[in-house]
Order: sequence, then C-alpha cells, then structure tokens
Amino acid sequence: MRAKSLASAVLLAWALAAGAAAPWTLERLLQGFAQTRESRASFVEKKSVGVLERPLVSSGELRFEAPDRLEKRTLRPRPELLRLEGDTLTLERGERRLRLDLRGNPEAAALAESIRGTLAGDRAALERVYRLRLEGTERDWALTLVPRDAALAALVKRIRIAGHRAGISVVEILHGNGDGTLLSVQPLPAP
Amino acid sequence: MTRQRLAPLGAWLAALALAAAVAAGARYTADLSAFLPRAPSPAQQLLVDQLRDGAVGRVMLIAIEGADVASRAALSRELAARLRDDARFAYIANGAARGTERERKLLFEHRYLLSPAVTPERFSVGGLREAIEETLDLVASSAGGLAQALLPRDPTGEMARLAARRLAEGPRPALAGGVWASRDGERALLLARTAAAGADTDAQEAALQAVTAAFADAAANVRAPGAQLRMTGAGVFAVQSRALIKREVARVALLGVALVAALLLWAYRSATALALGLLPVLTGGLVGVAAVATGFGVVHGITLGFGATLIGEAVDYAIYLFVQTGAARGSRDAWLAEFWPTIRLGVLTSMIGFAALLLSGFPGLAQLGLYSVSGLAAAALFTRFVLPALLPAAFQVRELSSLGARLARLRAAAPRWRWLVPALCAVAAVALIAQRGSLWATDLSSLSTLSDAEQAYDGRLRADLGAADARYLVVAAGDDEQDALRAAERVGRALQPLVAQGLIAGFDSPARYLPSDATQAARAASLPAPRELRARLGRALRGLPLRAARLEGFIADAAEVHAGLRLRRADLEGTALGVALDSLLLRRAGGWHALLPLRAPQAGAIDAPQVREALLGSGALFLDLKAEANALYAGYLHEAIALATAGVAAVLLLLMVALRSASRVGRVAAPLGAAVVVTAAALAAAGQTLTLLHLVGFLLVVAVGSNYALFFERAGGAPEPRVLASLALANATTVIGFGVLATASVPVLRAIGATVALGTLLALAFAALLSSAHGDAR
Repeated sequence: MRAKSLASAVLLAWALAAGAAAPWTLERLLQGFAQTRESRASFVEKKSVGVLERPLVSSGELRFEAPDRLEKRTLRPRPELLRLEGDTLTLERGERRLRLDLRGNPEAAALAESIRGTLAGDRAALERVYRLRLEGTERDWALTLVPRDAALAALVKRIRIAGHRAGISVVEILHGNGDGTLLSVQPLPAP
Repeated sequence: MTRQRLAPLGAWLAALALAAAVAAGARYTADLSAFLPRAPSPAQQLLVDQLRDGAVGRVMLIAIEGADVASRAALSRELAARLRDDARFAYIANGAARGTERERKLLFEHRYLLSPAVTPERFSVGGLREAIEETLDLVASSAGGLAQALLPRDPTGEMARLAARRLAEGPRPALAGGVWASRDGERALLLARTAAAGADTDAQEAALQAVTAAFADAAANVRAPGAQLRMTGAGVFAVQSRALIKREVARVALLGVALVAALLLWAYRSATALALGLLPVLTGGLVGVAAVATGFGVVHGITLGFGATLIGEAVDYAIYLFVQTGAARGSRDAWLAEFWPTIRLGVLTSMIGFAALLLSGFPGLAQLGLYSVSGLAAAALFTRFVLPALLPAAFQVRELSSLGARLARLRAAAPRWRWLVPALCAVAAVALIAQRGSLWATDLSSLSTLSDAEQAYDGRLRADLGAADARYLVVAAGDDEQDALRAAERVGRALQPLVAQGLIAGFDSPARYLPSDATQAARAASLPAPRELRARLGRALRGLPLRAARLEGFIADAAEVHAGLRLRRADLEGTALGVALDSLLLRRAGGWHALLPLRAPQAGAIDAPQVREALLGSGALFLDLKAEANALYAGYLHEAIALATAGVAAVLLLLMVALRSASRVGRVAAPLGAAVVVTAAALAAAGQTLTLLHLVGFLLVVAVGSNYALFFERAGGAPEPRVLASLALANATTVIGFGVLATASVPVLRAIGATVALGTLLALAFAALLSSAHGDAR
C-alpha cells in the first residue's frame, strides 16, 4: 500500500514538474514536429459520402520528408500515388498523371497545407489559412483547423488532427457538404 | 527635237504612265501563295491548305510578362473579356474556370453520345456493376471530388472518362492566379484563334493590333506597372516578317541609292547626268512590276524585294552610254554604232538566263523571271531609243581619262597574274566537291526570317500551353460531313493499335467532338429503356453501398438519350469543342476532309511507313507536314538548278549564234563560269549553305558579268581606257548596291547581296585577267 501511494506521489510530482517546466502549447507541439525530419505511417481512410450507405474504405502508406515533401500512397482498393512537393501536387492513378500547380489553386493548396504544415511544424503557414485551436495534453492532443476564408469554408468546414507527442494518429476532415473523411494513422519505423 | 526623236519619247512616257497605273492598282501579297506549286499533288495541296488556312496558322499565343502574379492574372481576364467580344477572334482561352462552364455542361449533357465506352455490354447488369464499382473506387480516391459530386447522375463515370481522355491529349497548362501560366509562373498565357486565315497577313496584322489595343485598354484598368505583352504564332510571324522585310528593303534601297548616287555624282560631276542615269532603273522597275501584275494577277513580296537588285544591271546601261560616248569619237550615233551591238548582246544574254526561271513551278521564281526579263528589256530599250534624245545638246560628263589610263596600265600588267584564275578555280572546285553533299540547304526554314531566339520563345510558349505543333496529320475524305466523320472513326480504329504499341503517343479526331450520326445512334441504342435500366440497376447494385433509388437522375438522363437526344454541330458553336471541330472537319472543293493530328511518341519522330501501313485500304492519307514542306522546297531547288543549267546552255547557244566562234564564246564564258564557281566556294567556306536565292544571285552574276566579258572580247581583250573606266564604274555601283544588301538582317536578302557583290567583282577581275593575253598578242 505504502509503496503504491509513494509511487503515485512520485508520478504526480513528476507530472507537475514536467507541466511546470513547459506547459503544453501549440508552440511545443509544432516544435516537436519541426524536429522530425522524416516520418512514415500506414493509414486507413474512411470516406463517408451522402448518397452512399456505408463509408468507402481505402488504405496505404504516408511518408513525409522535411521540409515540404508529402506522399500518400494508396494500395487498396486501387493503387494511387498523391505527391505534394513544393507548390506542385501530382496524382498518379493507373495511366493517368495529373499535375496541379498549387499557386493557381488556393483551395487545394489550403487543404494540402493543413497536413504538411502540421508535419513541418510551420505555424506561419498554418495560421495564414486557418484559425488554430489546441486541446488535450502532450500524450493526447487534438488540433482543430478552421478555414479563415469563406470560399474555402464552403468546401471544408474544419479539419481535426489528433495525436500523441510528435505523432499524428487521426485526421478528420468535415466537408462543406456534410461528407466526412476519417484518416487513421499508424506510425511505421522510419526507413 | 525632231519628230523622229519625239516618237520614242512619247511611246516611253505612255508606257511609263501605263506601267505606273498597273503597278499602282496591283495586288501585293506576302503570303504563302508564292510557295504553292502550279500543279500541286493532293499532299502538296493539303500542305498549303493547312499552312494557308489551317488551324495551325490561326493560332496566336499571347504572353503577359512583368508585374506580379495577381496583376498578370487580372490583365489576362480583362484581355480575354475584350477579345471575346471582338469579331476578329473565333476563340479566346486563358484557363479561367468561367470560360469552361459551357464546355463542361455540353460534355455532361451528351456524355452517353460522346463516350466511346458506351456499348450494350456496359449497360448490362454485369457491365453496370463493374462500371459503378470502378466509380466508387474513384470516389474513394484523392481524385474523387468530381466523381463524387456527379455520382447520382453519372454512376458509370462517363464524365471522368471524357475528362481523362482530354488529359491524355497532353500536358495541360499550369495555372497561376486562376489563369494559364508558364511552368515557371512568370508569364500569364492566353490562346487565341483568329477568325481570318493565317496566310491573310493583313487580317493577321489587324488581329495583332486588336490584341495590342485591348491590352493597352486593359492595362489602363488594371494597375500593373511593367506588364508587357508578347505574341507568337504563324500569323504573328508572317506579320513581323513582312514588316521586317519592308523595313530592311526600304533601308537597304535608300542607303544603296544614296551611295550609288554619290559615286555617280563624283564620276559625272553632273546632277543632270545622275538624274538621267537613274531613269533606266525607274523604267525597268515599273515595267517589271506591271508585267508581273499583268501576268500573275498578284505581285509577291519576294519579287518586290528583288526590284532593288535590278539597279545592278539597269544602272550600267546609262553608265556605258555616258562614259563611252567620248570613246566613240564624241558622237552618240557613233556610240550606238560601235557599242550598242555589244550591250544588246549582253542584254539578250541576261534576258535568256532569266527567262529560264519563267518555266519554274515555283511561282515566286517564275515571277522573278518575268520581272527581270521585262524590266531589263524596258531598261535597255529606254537607254537605246529614248535616253540619247533626252540628253541636252551640250551634255558632257567628266572625263574619266586619268582613271581609264590607270586601269589600262593595270590591265596591261594582268597577264602576269593570269594563272590566278585557273588556280582559284581549282581550289574552289576541290572545296565544292568536298562539300557537295551539304552544299545546298534542302530545308524550307533556310528561307525563314525568324531568329533562333524567336523560334525558341515560340517553342516555350507552345510547350507551356500544350499546343500541338501539328506536324503529323492523317487526312480522311468524305462526300459529305457525315461521310467524313465516319471515315475519321474508321481511321481512329486503325490508329488505336499504334497507340497501344507506342508508335504514336495519341491522336485527335473530329469524331471525338462530334461522333457521326451512326455512332451516336449506336451508342444511344446501347442504353436500355428507363424501366429496364431501373431493373438492371437493382440487380447490379446488390452488395454495393449505393441504392438504385439514389440514381433517378441517371435514369432520367439516359432516358433522354434513349428517346432521341443527339449532339449537333450547331450545339458546339462558340465553345473550345466547336473550335477544335472546325479545325479538324473542313469543307473542301468536292467534299469534306477530316483531319486527325497525330502526336509523336516521347522518343521523337513518328515512323511514317508503319502509320501508312496501318492506314492501308482506308483511303486516308498520312502527312508529315514538315517533311512535305521540305520536299516541296527541295523540289523547287532541284528544278531551279536544272532550269539555271538550261539557261546557261541557252546563253552559250545565243553567244555561239552571235559570235560565230567557239573560242570567242569561250573567252566570254570562261570568266563568268570562274566567277560563279569561286563565289560559290567562298560562300560555302564562309559557312553558308546555298539556297534558291543564291541560285538567283548566280544568274544575276552571269547577267551583269556578261556585259563585262563581252566588252573585253569585243576589244580583243584590251578595251580603250574610257571603256575600262565605264566598266569599273558600272561594277562599283553593282558592288555597292549589293554590298549594302549583304548587310541586311533578313537572310534571303543577305544571300543575294553577298553573292552578287562578290560574283560581279570577280567577273570583272577574271574578264580582265583572262582576256589580256589574247589582247596583247594582237
């Protein structure tokens, strides 16, 4: 009994000390991301579409390389590669190759920046487009992004990114038309 | 003045007035008609049709540079809005979404008629299920936005299929600020299609000015300091090249006339003599233009540009008259008796040389031939019959005896240097034989006035806009529009395997934008009636997350097509699709043509024999426009070389008849032949590949030089000092006139200038060197 209460007291003290040393802030969250140069994760995406009775499920791998390269490689149900690099978004799907210059597509750019900006720890980039709100603790945080621009808000109501320390576990996008996308992320060892 | 002298004067004035009237009323053109052969093959006719009023010639690429992205985009929108209201443009695109709504709506409404995937199998239970599963996969993907929005009305994904096909047409332009931009984002880009044909240079110039004015107007609305407009395209180049040639010809003519006039003024010391001396040139030029206008109905720019070169020979006639009069014991009648026969023979020699060009199938050359023959005849007749009557009674030009004496001493020393001629000829012949494979430029672009930088800029804009260069074409003919469309569909089926094999990267077809009635009817018949479709959907959707009840929009759309909705040409008017169709489906004399441009694979050129084999039996024609144009030009070149050779033979025959002695003919011909050979070798050594214009230059060297050689021959190799002075003066005017032309920035003008300046100088020098021994032996 004594040992157990001692242990909890030590734990409490440690927790308090940690909290006092550095409170959990957006600054710290993004700093943690900024220090990660490269990361890899598997994902399962569930897309809920109004006219469909069940969500559509796809899965694959995510990869980020600082400062600005983000890849989403879908393996099932159909292979597809979405790559964001600098200002260019490319999509390869079967024979098709689509190339989009984000400078000419503010909506696509905003959407792309939500995840990449977070992973890169680029607060300025995020705040240019979104109002940010951080909730929770270092071990279980949730960052909500709400578009500042009305045109973008008509397409994307909000994006919620949740995770654990400098790792993302869920990205949830609520679209303007009521549809939603839920991306569950599982970190993989860096290559 | 006697009546006898008044008659020629009156005839000259009347002829001059008539020629001036004809020349003033003539139609002048700088278009490609000069290149259309008189009896074209079907492929050549297609080539020239394409160049003249095909889609390629009507495309204008517009770039806005400078300022910042936002201002460039705003300018692009303002400019597009203004030009869309301008009747001189059939179509304006700048990538802004607003401009493509109509196209999207049109494609969507007619998707079941346009999509090649629409077959009875696709609308069976199994086919529907497969198509819908595929669409759901697309909805799940990152590219699913459009598919998701259209799902209830387009569950089989026909729109995605049509969009994918358009994407396969090649890279789409990048966007910046919501409008098309270059890859690097530094330029906003617009694509315009003029209402007028590319070869209608006046209309193209008007279109060019319309863009410039609209841009200035737009720039006044949008604050964009430093924004600049640049344009390229076949029509733009035609306008610029015409302006450049005009500017250069004017500059060169002014400078040439000024220098020649200064020289003649120094030589004559008489303004009257100078004015009178230029009259043969004026007469020859006017009569030449009038003859071409009468003979061809239209005077080409090339011919006019050549007008300046007539000075080269026509000005000589007066020089001979003025300077040699003293040599002929002071009397003009004596001059006529003594020297006119020699000049007459020189004129005839020139006329026969140029007359060979009259037979050319290349209208540009034929015009040149007529111009020279009639111009020289007029100048010579004027000098012989009118000019002596116009000279004041006490007319006297400065004695050039001291110059003549010095020249005579030089000539007397010439025998020692006679070996130079065969030596130079031998070196030149070796050089020419060594380079014989690459001596002549067989590429049409050798006549182009475009700089490499301009060509590169045009290439960059084309790459940025994904605008095809339309080099390869398949042409399918039909009796009527529908027949041509069906032919295009057959060709499309024959080409499909080549795409699969990678022999061609892809192709466009008018049937893509407007399928034939037969194909539309077949696709419509693939769609089941609404009741049946509903039943099939019910079965097809089993186990899928989609309910048939959600797809009533799809059933209604399919019912409309089933009930007889069709796509007509009129529906496409004023859209990008209509513009594409108009450029690919053309009415021609005796029927319709469907054009299917092919895209070359990444690896480079298209293997023509394999495409021809695939098209065997279809009646369609495969064309490589670039190869065809080069072949046409090479054909003209070979023909011109043959004609020039025939002309030389005719000249030799004439000399033989006139001089009645092979050795005398040899003494006239040798310096001329040597001058041409050495000049050709010198040009080749200077890195020039020879073109048609060099060939014309050689003819002119023979024409002008024959006078020199004949004077030397007449005098037994040692002409009197006065005659020598007249030849030196005549040659100096020619070298100055053509030397100035050699400084022009237009390659074709430079070619003639360098050839004639060097060639005539050598002709005189060689005539002096070669004739001396004969003369001194006497």
